[in-house]
Amino acid sequence: MLDNPIVWAFAIGGPLITFLMGGGAVATWWERRFAGKMQTRFGPNRVGPQGILQPVADAFKMMQKEDIVPRAADRTLFNLAPIFPPFLVIASAAVIPFAATVDATGKYDPTGAVAELDIGILWVLSMAGLMVFPIWVAGWSANNKYTLLSGMRMVAQGISYEIPMVLCALIPVIYAGSLSLSDIVAYQHEHGWIALSLSPSMFVGAAAMLLFFLTSLAEANRIPFDIPEAESELIAGVMVEYTGIKFGIFMLAEYLHTIVAAALTSALFLGGPSPLFGPAGPIAGLIWMLGKTLVLFVLIYWLRWSLYRFRSDQLMDLCWKVLVPMSLLLVMLAALMVAGGFA
Amino acid sequence: MDIEDYDPDADLMALNMGPQHPSTHGVFRIKLILDGERIVKAVPYPGYLHRGVEKLCEKLTYVQITPIFDKHDYVAPMTNEQAINMAFEKLLGLEVPQRAKVLRTILAELQRIASHLLWLGTFTLDIGGTIGGGASLMMYTFRERELILDLFEALTGCRFHYNTHCPGGNRHDVPEGWETVVRHVMDTIEPRIDEYEAICDSEIFLMRTEGVGLISPDLALETGQSGPVLRASGIDHDLRRDAPYHAYDQVQVRVHVETAGDCLARYKVRVAEMRESIRLVRELLGLLEPGPIVGSKPIKSLVQFKASGGQVYVGIETPRGELGTYLVGGGDQRGAAPYRCKIRPPSLHAMSVLPYVLPGHQVSDVVTILGSLDPIMGEVDR
Repeated sequence: MLDNPIVWAFAIGGPLITFLMGGGAVATWWERRFAGKMQTRFGPNRVGPQGILQPVADAFKMMQKEDIVPRAADRTLFNLAPIFPPFLVIASAAVIPFAATVDATGKYDPTGAVAELDIGILWVLSMAGLMVFPIWVAGWSANNKYTLLSGMRMVAQGISYEIPMVLCALIPVIYAGSLSLSDIVAYQHEHGWIALSLSPSMFVGAAAMLLFFLTSLAEANRIPFDIPEAESELIAGVMVEYTGIKFGIFMLAEYLHTIVAAALTSALFLGGPSPLFGPAGPIAGLIWMLGKTLVLFVLIYWLRWSLYRFRSDQLMDLCWKVLVPMSLLLVMLAALMVAGGFA
Repeated sequence: MDIEDYDPDADLMALNMGPQHPSTHGVFRIKLILDGERIVKAVPYPGYLHRGVEKLCEKLTYVQITPIFDKHDYVAPMTNEQAINMAFEKLLGLEVPQRAKVLRTILAELQRIASHLLWLGTFTLDIGGTIGGGASLMMYTFRERELILDLFEALTGCRFHYNTHCPGGNRHDVPEGWETVVRHVMDTIEPRIDEYEAICDSEIFLMRTEGVGLISPDLALETGQSGPVLRASGIDHDLRRDAPYHAYDQVQVRVHVETAGDCLARYKVRVAEMRESIRLVRELLGLLEPGPIVGSKPIKSLVQFKASGGQVYVGIETPRGELGTYLVGGGDQRGAAPYRCKIRPPSLHAMSVLPYVLPGHQVSDVVTILGSLDPIMGEVDR
C-alpha cells in the first residue's frame, strides 16, 4: 500500500510536518537556553522542567494577543503574507531523504523523503527562491517605512545569495550526476561524503559545503547575514507591524528555515543518512541524519550568538565580489575533478 | 530639511528614527532623509527627556541638589555629583580634606570603568544586534559593571543614585576591607578587558567601525567635543591631566590619543581609558591615608550652606568628556540656593556632530555612530 505515492506522502509527510513544527518550537526554547549559557545567565527555566514548555506558553501568549492590522495597510496582502513562509519551508523539506534502506543484495537506497522527485534539488532551490516574495509582500503591505526598507533588503539579499547557493548546490549534482537528492546520498554512501571523502575531490566538496552553509544562513536570515531584520536599526524588519500569532508564524518559519537549511546541507554534503561507521539500516540512517542536522543547527546558533552583523552594502560586496566568483571557480574545479576521474 | 521642503519627486524618503526606537540610547529622535539606504540629511531632535533640572536647582538648596544631579547622567552619577559639589565648594569657599580628595578620585575612576563597560556592551549591541553576538558581549560587560556597583553599594548603600558627595567632602567613609575588595575587583576586570578586545578583534567588527563616522579634528573642535570623542580625533586634551583637580595632581594620568577619528578610534580610546583607570585606582588606593572625609561641619540643616553672590565654573572630566557646571550664588531661601545653575553636558555636544557626520552613511551606520558617541539622553536633555 505504501507504493502508492499519495499514501506514502501522508505516511511520511505527517510525521515530518509534526517533527518540523515540534522541532521549530523546541528550537526556540533550546536557542534561548543555549544563548543563556553562553551569556552567563539562565534563559527560560520556569515553565516545565528546564523551561521546556516555554514555547507552549509563548504560543498561547501570542494567540491571546490582539490582532492589529494598521489602518493604512493593504489588508489582504498583510494577512496573506504570514501564511507562506512556513508553507514554503516545509515544502522544501519534502524531498530531503531522512533514512535509507539496505536490501538483501546490499543495495543502498536512500528513502524517507515525502516525495521522491527526480529534480529534487531544483524543487528545494525554487522553494528557497520563492521565500523572498512573502517577506517582500509583508514589508510592502504594512505601509511602514521600516518594513519597506527591510523588504527591500530582503529582496536584494535573497536574489544575490541565491546565485552562490545554487552554484554550490550544483557541485554534488556534478559529482553524483543526478538532480535527485536520493541519488546524491547514494553516491555519497558509495564514494564517501562529498565534504569528507578521502579523495582529491574532498577539498572542493568541503569548500562548497562551507559556501553553501554560509549562503543558506543568508537565505534563512541568520546573523551575520540578518540585515533584513536588523533590530539595531530596523527594529524587527518586516515583522514590525505584525502582532500575536502572525508574528509567531513568522518566527516559527525562521526556526523551521534553519532546521531545513541544516538538514539540506547535511544531505547534500555530509551524506545525509549515510553512516560514517556501523550499520546503514533505516533506524541508523535516521539517527545519523538527525545527528548531522543537529550539529549544523547548533553551529548556526553558535555563530548567531557570537558574531556581529554586516552592513547591507558590505553584504552585497561579499556576495558579488567573493562568494559568486568562488562558487563559480568551485563548479569549474568540480567539473575538472569529474572529467579527470578523481571523483 | 523641513517637512514643507520635502520634494516627493526627488525620490527621497524621510525616516523618523525614534523617539521610540531600540537603538537611540533613550528617547532621542533623529529625522533621516534617505536616498535608498544612503543618508542625505540628518536632523537630530533632542529634548524628549527634558526635566528642567537647571530651573529646579534654583528652588533647591545646596544640600538638596546633589541627588538631582545623580539622575542627570544616569550612567555615571558619581562624576555628576562630584562636578556639582566641586562647584559648590568653589562658590562657598570650602576646603576638601586630603582623604576625601583621594576617595573622590577613586570613585570617579571606578565610575569611569563602569560607564565605559556599559558603553562597550551597548555599542556592540548596536553593531551586533540585541539577538546576536552583541548581546553576548553586553552580558559580559554588565557582569563586570555589577562588581563596581557592588563596591559603590558597600560604600554608600546605593547601587546607582549615591548622594555620597556633599559640599566639603564625602558623606560615607570607606567600610573596613573595602580597599582589598577594590584591588580584587580590579584584578578581576583587567584580564577580562583583554577578553573583550579579543572578542571585538573580529573582521565584521572592524568592517562596521573602521572609517565609519569620521570626525576630523577641526569638526571636533568646532562642535565643542570633549573626552573620548575629542581624543579619538587626535586632539590631546584631558582635564584630569591638563587642569588637575582633587588627587589627579598626585598621580600621572597617561592620556590615550587616537588620530583616526572613526568609530574604531573611539572604541580604542575608551578601552585604553578603562585600563588606565584600573592603573589609577590601584595607585590612588595607596594614597588613601587616614583622616577626616568632611571639611565642613556635619550637615544638620537643609539651609546650612549659604552664598550671597559670586559665580563659578567648574569643568571636570567625566567618562563622556568635560562636564561643566556654572553656578551663580545668592538665590532663594536667603542664599541657600543658587541663583542660576547651568550645565554643560558633554553628550549634548557629542550629539551636535551628527548632522555633519551622518550624511553619506548607510542607515545601519546611524546606530553605530550614535553608539560610538556614547550619548546619555538624561544628560543631553537635562
